[in-house]
Formats: sequence, C-alpha cells, structure tokens
Amino acid sequence: MRGEMLVLGFAFGYLALLFVIAAWGDRRAEQGRSLIGSPTVYALSIAVYCTAWTFYGSVGRAASAGPSFLLIYLGPTLAMLMSPFVIRKMVRIASAQRITSIADFISARYGKSSSLGALVALIALVGITPYIALQLKAITLSHAVLVNYPEAAELRLAEESFWHDKSFWVALVLAVFIILFGTRHLDASERHEGMVAAIAFESLVKLVAFLSVGLFTVFVLFNGPGDLFGRVAAAPELSGALSLDAVPGGAVGWVGTLVLAFLAFLTLPRQFQVLVVENVDERHLTRASWLFPLYLLAINLFVIPIAMAGLLLGDAGSDPDSFVLTLPLSAGLEGLPLLVFIGGLSAATGMVIVETIALSTMVSNQLVMPLLLRSAHLHLGSRGELAGWLLGIRRVAIVLILLMGYLYHALIGDSYSLVTIGLVSFAAAAQFAPAMLIGMYWRGANRNGAALGLIAGFLVWAWTLLLPGFAQSGWLGAGFLENGPWGIGWLRPYALFGLEGWDIYTHSLLWSLTANVGLLVGVSLFSRQGPLEQTQAALFTEAMHPRLMQSSLWQGQTTRGELSALLDRYLGGAATRRVFSGITVEGDEQPAPPELIARAEQALAGALGSASARVLINSVVRGEALDLDAILSILDTTSETLEVNRRLEQKSRELARTSEELRAANERLRELDRLKDEFIAMVSHELRTPLTSIRAFAEILRDGKDLPEEKRLHFLDVVVRESQRLSRLIEEILDLARLESGRLTLDPRPLDLVELAQHSVDAVHRLQETRGVSLEVDMAVGSAPVIGDPDRLEQVIINLLDNAGKFADDDSPRVLLRLERHKDHFRLSVEDNGPGIADHERERVFEKFHQIKRQDSGETRGRPRGSGLGLPISRGIVAHLGGRLWVENAPHLGGACLVMELPDAPDGEAATPPAPASPAPV
Amino acid sequence: MNAPRQKERLVALIVLAVALFSPPLLLLVDNPSRTGLSWLPLYVFIAWAAVIALAAWLMEQHQEE
Repeated sequence: MRGEMLVLGFAFGYLALLFVIAAWGDRRAEQGRSLIGSPTVYALSIAVYCTAWTFYGSVGRAASAGPSFLLIYLGPTLAMLMSPFVIRKMVRIASAQRITSIADFISARYGKSSSLGALVALIALVGITPYIALQLKAITLSHAVLVNYPEAAELRLAEESFWHDKSFWVALVLAVFIILFGTRHLDASERHEGMVAAIAFESLVKLVAFLSVGLFTVFVLFNGPGDLFGRVAAAPELSGALSLDAVPGGAVGWVGTLVLAFLAFLTLPRQFQVLVVENVDERHLTRASWLFPLYLLAINLFVIPIAMAGLLLGDAGSDPDSFVLTLPLSAGLEGLPLLVFIGGLSAATGMVIVETIALSTMVSNQLVMPLLLRSAHLHLGSRGELAGWLLGIRRVAIVLILLMGYLYHALIGDSYSLVTIGLVSFAAAAQFAPAMLIGMYWRGANRNGAALGLIAGFLVWAWTLLLPGFAQSGWLGAGFLENGPWGIGWLRPYALFGLEGWDIYTHSLLWSLTANVGLLVGVSLFSRQGPLEQTQAALFTEAMHPRLMQSSLWQGQTTRGELSALLDRYLGGAATRRVFSGITVEGDEQPAPPELIARAEQALAGALGSASARVLINSVVRGEALDLDAILSILDTTSETLEVNRRLEQKSRELARTSEELRAANERLRELDRLKDEFIAMVSHELRTPLTSIRAFAEILRDGKDLPEEKRLHFLDVVVRESQRLSRLIEEILDLARLESGRLTLDPRPLDLVELAQHSVDAVHRLQETRGVSLEVDMAVGSAPVIGDPDRLEQVIINLLDNAGKFADDDSPRVLLRLERHKDHFRLSVEDNGPGIADHERERVFEKFHQIKRQDSGETRGRPRGSGLGLPISRGIVAHLGGRLWVENAPHLGGACLVMELPDAPDGEAATPPAPASPAPV
Repeated sequence: MNAPRQKERLVALIVLAVALFSPPLLLLVDNPSRTGLSWLPLYVFIAWAAVIALAAWLMEQHQEE
C-alpha cells in the first residue's frame, strides 16, 4: 500500500545524507576545525550502543520479559559511572601505545603477543557476525512491515531472492561508506572524524524517532499515561507483565543480565572503538559519564508504554518486535511510520558501520598482517607498498564481514528473535573482560593464563549459547538440548553440570566466566612472564602514573638510516617525515636516539598493531626495550623523589616561616633597644639642665663672698626651684618606669569625679590666677561616680589644667574644664584658646619627652616648661583605670581639647574595681 | 585538595547505584500496586534518573576545579 519507491527513496536518501555529513566531518578535520571535539558529540557517538536491537527489540523484550530490557542499559550506566576509574585508564593506555582495537589492546598487554591478538580477533568475528546479521535482519523486516502492512511480513521475506532483499543493498551501500570513511588513514589508531560525526547524527535521529512514536502512543492513541496504565491494569492477562516474575531467571537472572551488560559495554568491539580509539580528549569522559546514561534513559522512557499499548491493541499474530512500526501504521498514519523506519535504519547502520570498522581492523592487523610478515614470500620492493596492501586488506575484510553478516541473516536469521542474537553476542564479548580488566589492574596476569582463559570461556560460551542456537534452528537434533549429547545429562547446554532453573544467559555467563577467570588467575599464578610481557604489564597497570609518559623506554641501538628505511618501506614517505619531524638530520649513520625509536614503533603500531610493530622494530634494532626492573625503578624513583620533594618543600616552608618570625622578633628587639637609648639620652638631657643651673648658682654662692644679700637670696631661690624641678622629674621618670613595667600600684576606689575635679581646680586656681589665666568650670552633672585612685586622678587633672594654661593664648589665656555624661561614661575635657594641635601631632603628644614647639619659643610670663612626661603618664594612669585619654578640637575656645573618659560606676558595682585590660600602653 | 573527596564521592555514588539496581531493594518494591501492576519499572526509572542527576552534579562540579 505504501509506495515502495517512496520508502526506498527515503532510505537511500538518508544514507546519502550520511555520506554528506561524514565528508563534511572529514573536510572540517583537514581544516583543523574538528566537528567531534566536544563531549556531547562523544556521548552521542557512544550511543551507537543502541542498535536496531534497542530500537525494535526492547519493545519485544518488554512485551515478553517485563522490565528485563532495562538491564541492558543499567549495566552501561554503571560502567559510565566508573569511567573516571576504568575507561579513563583504557584511553590513557590506548593513546600511549597507539592501540587500534580491543584485540590489539589485549595483545599489547600480554607482551604484544600476535597469537593472543589473533585469538581475540577470531572470537570477535565468530561472536559479533550474528550481531551484524541481526541489524540487517531488522532492516529487512522493518521494510517488509512497512510495505506489506497489514499483511504479515514474514510471508514475503521467504519468497524473496537476495537481489530483492533491501538489506543486501543497504549492506552494499554501507560497505562503500565504510571503505570511504573508515579506511582513509593507514593509522587505525587515528580518529575517523567523518565517521564519528555521522554516528553522532544517527544517534540523534534514532532518539527523535523513538520519542516521536512514544509520544504518539501515549498521548494520541491513549489519553496520557494514566489512561494507558489504567487499561493495562484492567486487562487480566497483563497483570504480571511488569513484575520481576516476568524477568527470565527472576532475581538471579536480573543480576546476571546486569553484569553481562556491564561487561559487554566495555568489551564489545564497537564500544571499544568509540569509547577508546575514537576518543579525542580524555576529559570528554567527564561529561559523557552522565550524558550517555541520560540518553539511555530517554530512549527507554517509552518502551513499556509502547509494549503495553501493542499488547492491548495489536492482534495476537503481530510480532512484538514490530510494535514500534505497527502501532502508528494501525492508526493509518503515513509520515510517522516512515520516520520510525528511518530511525531503525539509523540505529542499524550506525552499529554496522562501527562494528565493521573495528572488526576489519582486527582482521587486517591481528590475523592477516602477522601471517604476511612471517611469510618469507612477501617481498616489498618499492617504498610504501605495504601501506597499499594494508588498506587493501582492510577493504576486502570490510566487504567479507558484511557479506558474512548478510549470509548469516539470510541462512539462519529467521530462527532467532532479535534479542536472542544480541545477548548471545554480548556473552561472547564478555569473554574479553577478564583478560582486559584484570590485566589492567593485576601485573601478574600473564599471556598463558589469558590465552587459556579466553579459549575456555569461548568454548563454554559456544557450548551453552551458540550450539543450542543451531539446535533450535534444526541443524542438530532436538534431543541435544533436552537429553544432552549422546544422552549425557550433565552436559546439557542449558543445564551444565546439572545447574537448572537459571535463564540461559546467566547460566552461560556464570560457567564461561568461571572457566575464564579461573584459568587466567590460576595459570598466571603458576607460570612465568617473559621480559617484554613484564614490561607491558607494568606499563598497563601503572598507566595513570604521572611520570611514566615522559620517560623513554628504549635502549636498543640502530642508525637513523635503518629506521628511516624501515618506516619508508612500510608506511610510506609522508609518515616517515612525520616521525622524523623535529629531529635534526645529522646523517644516516648517526645512532637513533631512544625517543625516535619509540616514535617509530608507535607509528608502526598505529598502522599494523603492536605485535607486528614489535616484530618489525626488532628486525632493525639491536638490544631490547627497557626491562621490567628499569621501568619499576623509574616508577619507584619518581614516586620516591616526589615524596622527598614534597617533604622538602614542607620543611623549607616551615623554615621560611620560622625565620620570618625570628626576623620580626629581632626587628622589635632592635626597635626597643633604640627606644631605650633614646629614652636614656633624653632623660640624661632633662636631668642635666636643672643640675647644671643648680651647680652654677651654688658655685657663684661659694665663690662670691661679697654678693649682696638680695642676690644671694634670689640665687638660693633658683637652686631650690631647680631642685624641686629635678625631684619632680625623677618622680615622673619613676612613675613612667612603673607604668611601663606594669608595677604601678593604684588604689582604685569609688569616688565622685565632680568633687575631685573641683578639688583639682581649687588646687591650681591660685597659680593660674597669678599667671593671668582665666579658668572656667562647667559641670553638666551633679555627681559622677567612677572608680579611680583619687591621688593619681587628681595628678592627671592638674596636669591637664597645667598644660592647658601653658598653651593658651598669650594675650588673654582662657581654660575651660567641662564634665559631662556620654552614654555610660563620664567625659572630663580641658580646652584652651591656644593655637591647637595639628592632626598629625595629636598622637605624638602622648610620646615620651615630646614637646610641642611654640611658634614664639620665648619663655613668657614665667610659665615653666614641661618635662614631656606628663601626658604619657596621664594616659597610662587613665588606661589603667579602664578609661581613655585623647586630643580633639576644642568645641568652645577653638584651641586644643584633651578629653579624659572614665566608665560610669553606679553604687552597686562600686565594690568591684574594673581590672585593666592590659598593661597600660604608654 | 578537593580531588580526593570527589573520588570518594564518586565511589559512594557507584555503590549507591549498584545497591539501587540490585535485588534486595528491588524485591521491596516489586509488589503489585492497587491496580495490579508492579511498581518495579517506575522505581527503576526514578532511581536511574536520581543516579544520573547526582552523577551530573558531581562531574560538572569536578570539571570546574
């Protein structure tokens, strides 16, 4: 009913679009503006995991086996969560060793063994070809459903000859695509940018297609999820469809499938290809580790609704694998089924493309190349001829692999449902897991163990999954399954050693992995590693070691000429120049430096695989690569050196800190010493002045016997006054010394500051009057209870009044004393009408012996000079009593204003004197 | 300084995910609901989404350092 030509036009139009995208990707890569250098594209390319099996088969599996289809995606979710630990290491190893495939990886780990690589390649071929067949089958089947609906699809399929089978032509187009975009470079470890871009695009297409049909089912065929599940619940035959009972093998089957999917995700050749070989930047893993699981979640969101809707609506004869197509078809739609078909096509082709590239690389590098290199008949005369050979081999391998897949599909494909083939392939790939994963973490795993483990695991897999498949296809007698071969019951493939009741995949996985891991570990423990094997084992297990990459591991000897000839012969001139770029040419007879040999081997490994590269390098290099001891010593010395360095750094930091502290302490000591010297100098100076005048007058009195009485009395007066000044000075110095040493004894008790201030004013009143100073008093409060030593406080107040009188205006000196309350303090301020104190001087007046220079430095009106100690001492006393003393602008008289502030001490607290916070700062 | 903690958190997340996706917890939710359908698929999807959200948070934080 649908136009056959329309469907074909869309299908091949879509394939043509892939060519365009891939060509564009390659073009951009050549221009250096890579399309795939983003973590999102990387995550989308990993989604090649979702094949036609996901697209059509998940619904089929959900219809028949409940939620078990989810396990296929939960396993990879766990694997991606672990990617910072596992996949990152794989990427690191692969880029260091120029790994081209999983076969190359395992071969390189176990001493670059070519036989092990060949074994892995063979197992992959046998195990994965059915999987490719499955994709082709899905294309044929979906096409048939689309064209023949509502007739059953299978009828037509059987009648067709192969040139009518669309999947044959699709396979052919894909072969051309893969040859064009998959074998552009000789170096298979290089990225296939165009191919990856096309794969990422295909991942988007299949997601959009699947979400579209899901939304259509839930919201158009039904009125939302509530309606759908309400009707499912009402159907008695569907009541158990979503529970664990529907999962084959129950809880054990659940865990088994989870483990299987986890291992297969890491070991399927196509996953290894996109995850590891095509990885551009290992930091992309960070984003992909959650973006890819999110993709899986999205593409599975509608699987159950579609399966349930198909079971509710579909006629019983319709295959659940085709529900995705038949649901929109049954609604009479035209466009949506076509979109779904294209989505399925993209899922299938994506898988076929990547898988075929991976397999063909294995075939050429691990199977054919070692044979060619060994055969004496291969004579490569002209330069670069091998490059042509190698690409030719790969192209032939691509065609053969696709042909094999097609034959498998055409001959026995009909007897399996989609999911069955998929899980059989998963179990085959999982056999690589022990050799790969254990080899990455346990240095002791060796080649014999890995080979025997792989062989045993493969045989058990073939016995428990592959042969039963043949039996079900009718190639072997049915009794083989039920009674075992030749009637031996414990050899029954689905119940090996009598283990019954498990689902066939968990059963097979258990026995095959037991044999595989058992032999790998057991044989490794009881056999020896060769020297190269030890080296490689160390390089793999220690791959994350930071210094390993920098060290050169070759110590063999060869000349540049020989090395260049070797590369020229096998890789061609361009590759040789790349390897030698940056190395100055000094003549062919010069010995090649170790880095150059390592680079040459890497270049060869990227093209031929590590095993063949080793064979070739060994043919020209005398001597060996570094042995295990050398590598271990590199690792040990670097880690020891790092540790020693770290400790040294710590020590030197501590040392620097200590010396800084010492320097600061020394600085402070020197400063104190300087202050002390200054102080002594000033004290001596201050003491000498009165002493000199006393001595001078005393001498006059002694010598001048005939001095008039009046003069004698005057001189005696001066002597007395100077002595008083001297003793006052000494008293002050003693006070200061006590203050500074903290030994000043105060006698704090409750007192009234008003009373005390009045008392002080009375004491100086007479003196000020004689000097002509007018003293005003302004008490704003009636009483001011504070805690203080009355004698000392009086000393402070008198000192302030005295100072103010000295610095007041010369012509009409005025001094004002005010006492007021400020919050819970009392402020006593003494201001004068003098010139004031400049801002920068205000703190310095509290320094010892600091004297403000008066503009008219004359000693007028008999005002005595100060010692320069009064204010420092006053401040010390006030601080001792918990108060403050500072200078500010005089608010009323315009000169300087010294303010003393003491805390209020109400009667209740009067008994407890405030303790000084610290020794008084002076 | 923060990197080791990130690793520990990631390990904890992996353990959590394994626990969420494995039978002992699954058996708890595998009960028929009022309507007769099992809660299992709904539980798996919710747990899955939660694990992805945590991983995204952890990884993107890790990247910013």
